[in-house]
Amino acid sequence: MASAEIRNKIFDTPETNYLNHTRGWKSWAFTLDHKRIGVMYLIGVTIALFLAGAFALVLRWHLFWFEGGFLSNEMYNQMFTLHGAIMVFSFIIPSVPAALGNFVLPMMIGAKDVAFPRMNLMSFYLWIAGTCCLAAAILSGYGLDTGWTFYTPYSIETSTGVIFATFGAFILGFSSIFTGLNFLVTVNTMRAPGQSWFKLPLFLWSLYATSIIQILATPVLGITLLMLIAERTMHIGIFDPKYGGDPVLFQHFFWFYSHPAVYIMILPAMGVISELISVYSQKRIFGYSFIAFSSVAIALLGFLVWGHHMFTSGQSPMVTLIFSAITFTVAIPSAVKVFNWLATLYKGSILLNTPMCYALSFIFLFGIGGLTGLFLGALSTDIHLHDTYFVVAHFHFVMVGGTLTALLGGLFHWWPKMFGRMYNDMLGRISCFLVFAGFNLTFFPQFVMGSRGMPRRYASYDPEFQIFHQWSTFGASILGFGILMSFGVLLYAAFYGKRCGANPFKAASLEWQSSSPPDFHNFIHKPILHDPYDFDSQVYDKDLDTYIPRELADPKTVPPRREPVHH
Amino acid sequence: MAVVDTDNILEEEHHHHEPFIAHHFDDAEQQFDSGKLGIWLFLVTEILFFSGLFVAYTLYRIHHPEIFEQAHHFLDKRLGALNTIVLLFSSLTMALGVHAAQNGDNKKCGLYVLITMVCAAMFLGVKAIEYSHKWDLGIFVRSEFSYHPHTAEPFHVSPYLIKLSVIPVLLLVGFIAASFFARASSKVALSKFMGGLAITVGGYFVGVLIGMTFMALTAENEHAQLESPSQAPLVLRALTLDDDKHDDGHADADGDAHADGDHSHADGEDHAHGDSHAKSPDLGRDVGIFFSIYYCMTGLHAIHIIAGIVALAWIYWRCLVVHWRPDYFGPVDYVGLYWHLVDLIWIYLFPLLYLID
Repeated sequence: MASAEIRNKIFDTPETNYLNHTRGWKSWAFTLDHKRIGVMYLIGVTIALFLAGAFALVLRWHLFWFEGGFLSNEMYNQMFTLHGAIMVFSFIIPSVPAALGNFVLPMMIGAKDVAFPRMNLMSFYLWIAGTCCLAAAILSGYGLDTGWTFYTPYSIETSTGVIFATFGAFILGFSSIFTGLNFLVTVNTMRAPGQSWFKLPLFLWSLYATSIIQILATPVLGITLLMLIAERTMHIGIFDPKYGGDPVLFQHFFWFYSHPAVYIMILPAMGVISELISVYSQKRIFGYSFIAFSSVAIALLGFLVWGHHMFTSGQSPMVTLIFSAITFTVAIPSAVKVFNWLATLYKGSILLNTPMCYALSFIFLFGIGGLTGLFLGALSTDIHLHDTYFVVAHFHFVMVGGTLTALLGGLFHWWPKMFGRMYNDMLGRISCFLVFAGFNLTFFPQFVMGSRGMPRRYASYDPEFQIFHQWSTFGASILGFGILMSFGVLLYAAFYGKRCGANPFKAASLEWQSSSPPDFHNFIHKPILHDPYDFDSQVYDKDLDTYIPRELADPKTVPPRREPVHH
Repeated sequence: MAVVDTDNILEEEHHHHEPFIAHHFDDAEQQFDSGKLGIWLFLVTEILFFSGLFVAYTLYRIHHPEIFEQAHHFLDKRLGALNTIVLLFSSLTMALGVHAAQNGDNKKCGLYVLITMVCAAMFLGVKAIEYSHKWDLGIFVRSEFSYHPHTAEPFHVSPYLIKLSVIPVLLLVGFIAASFFARASSKVALSKFMGGLAITVGGYFVGVLIGMTFMALTAENEHAQLESPSQAPLVLRALTLDDDKHDDGHADADGDAHADGDHSHADGEDHAHGDSHAKSPDLGRDVGIFFSIYYCMTGLHAIHIIAGIVALAWIYWRCLVVHWRPDYFGPVDYVGLYWHLVDLIWIYLFPLLYLID
């Protein structure tokens, strides 16, 4: 048994940690430390979120009146395009994996860093370069009005900055590939001794599945965007019908990436939720292997359903039928996850703190987002709902209600680890309530007006829809305030929060065995491996005021195990 | 639960790592395995990167089989075959280089890697001949396609070839100068490195010369085709006749070409009958799409060759400063795998583009 001296050395808040062991901007700009890169990514994606979120609010207030507000039609088109493009390529795709994943993935397997630290830093700089290219489309004055999907032939004809934007998305694709490649290799080769695949936290399974998609889908987007650039500059005639090209081929290529990309966005979020639900119920996750394999199943099925974006684009009816059928099968692994989360909650000792509140709202919002997807996957209803606000509401329930909520929940969960300080839980919960209420107020009316035929991407609309749009605008404002508040609470905590110990939440995965904030090398000891959901393996230490592994605790104070160890 | 040795739980303060093992790896084996898995995954992304073009190729070939059958007559099989052999040989020398690195023989490894680089540059030289010859004839991507046949003198230097060769010439002069300069300041490895790069760029000009020789050999054949249109492939006839479309005497053959063009329409792709219709018959227009795909595929492949040369140069440099040893040769292996993939993609491109019949 370890002495108190060793315990203090390992778990007590250290003088030097990854944040302050070196100083100066160069030590950040050229860092190879996955934790610092994760923090920089977090700052980056947050800026992208606020930028694209501001566009969203402008759009919403423009739509407050049915005849349209202060934007010209052209400006409106550019606004929704930039909102979508920046949100998708610069925010959602890198958000959970590159920010949270970068920080915790190596720690969860007891490693010092990811397998290729330089590539990791490169990924971040490519993210900056790509985002700057997207921003250049705005700043150059050309703008971008194709929608984030860059459909041909309009993207070839429009005078706006398509080349800037597509080149930006191309670069962001490489950033995403580098992160995915790094994670796959790291999880494969650098797990702690004795850590089998089934002792990985479920967050890692979901990141692994995500990385598979990033590796397999993103290159196809890359070549598609290059071909689009070639089409625009040289008119090679592959996508442009004027020169004998096939614009539907572009849609196929685009969605071959962009549908799996939807799972790049949601799978990591589901992984975060698996952690949160289990830790804050203090109960072993229900159906570990089902959740693990459902992540892989979603990743693989995700490659077979891209045609459901093109039901009205003139595919053959047979292909349409097959895509529709496969689309429904995605519901199975998704539902497996939701049922397992609910079963984990059952008879758990639930702690309703901020991360758990976010996790619970995720389950609700993702549930609605998933179920409304079935209406869109069904051929007959999709003909009616295609390109209406129903679609907009559906994917916002998944992307915002799902991914953004999970990102916030994950941030509140790992924030004490990242900065060693605790946030104000009450304010956190209020922010969660505002996000939840504001979000529903924004997008529930959109389901209603979508089902009544309100088309998306229109700068003005019939007066009968005005009341829905006004509710939606109010909701969006509340949502925006809620998100701002949550980041405010976190930011305040990072500087002025109360110091917290290594493991304030009694979590059992390895990252909680480092000090808070962690040492530069992550661990100064060999972390002791347990099943990541065996919470009884952690016991309270009075001197340190935190939870530590049973093996290292003072034997006189260690309570007996509550339940036999499963193996 | 495994028994935990709690007395020795702290990591030692200072790891005594070999200098070539990065700090976050436990040992050389873990580092090698990670790199190997990483490069394989990277190769997967490369294949998928090309896949978009292969799919585009497949679709247009399904929709316009006659175009593909005809269009390859514009491609010189012999130059294609020559390049195939050059790349296959470079893969062999690469494999020998990896073998030498595994034995820690840096000198041998450097030699083989240098030969590989020279072959890569030769490939580009031949490609430059192919490209410039086509551009001379007006064979561009779809929108610029304006075939105007003429026969050039043997060893005629196309203006396009001169443009393509500007950068190699500059590089050659620069590397030779740098090599002498480095020798003068007695930096032996650097001097050798720059010399090696100069030899590599020299490979490009060897490729150009060999390509020119081949072209000179085939020029007569091409000439004969133009002299007697009935011997020429259908597509050549259609395009040639269209060139003198003011001449009413060729109405018959012109109609022939149109019939063929209409056949492609029956396959049901949405073609616009825009202004381009006036310039050339449908067949000629769609041959342009074949060349769009040809330039995209071979161009992207050529970019990969250039990237390969850069990577090989890095390996070559590390040979010269004697970095490889039997327990550390990973990067040679990884670049070798990349090089084999670039070779492999060409193995697919060659029959798909040059050998259709």
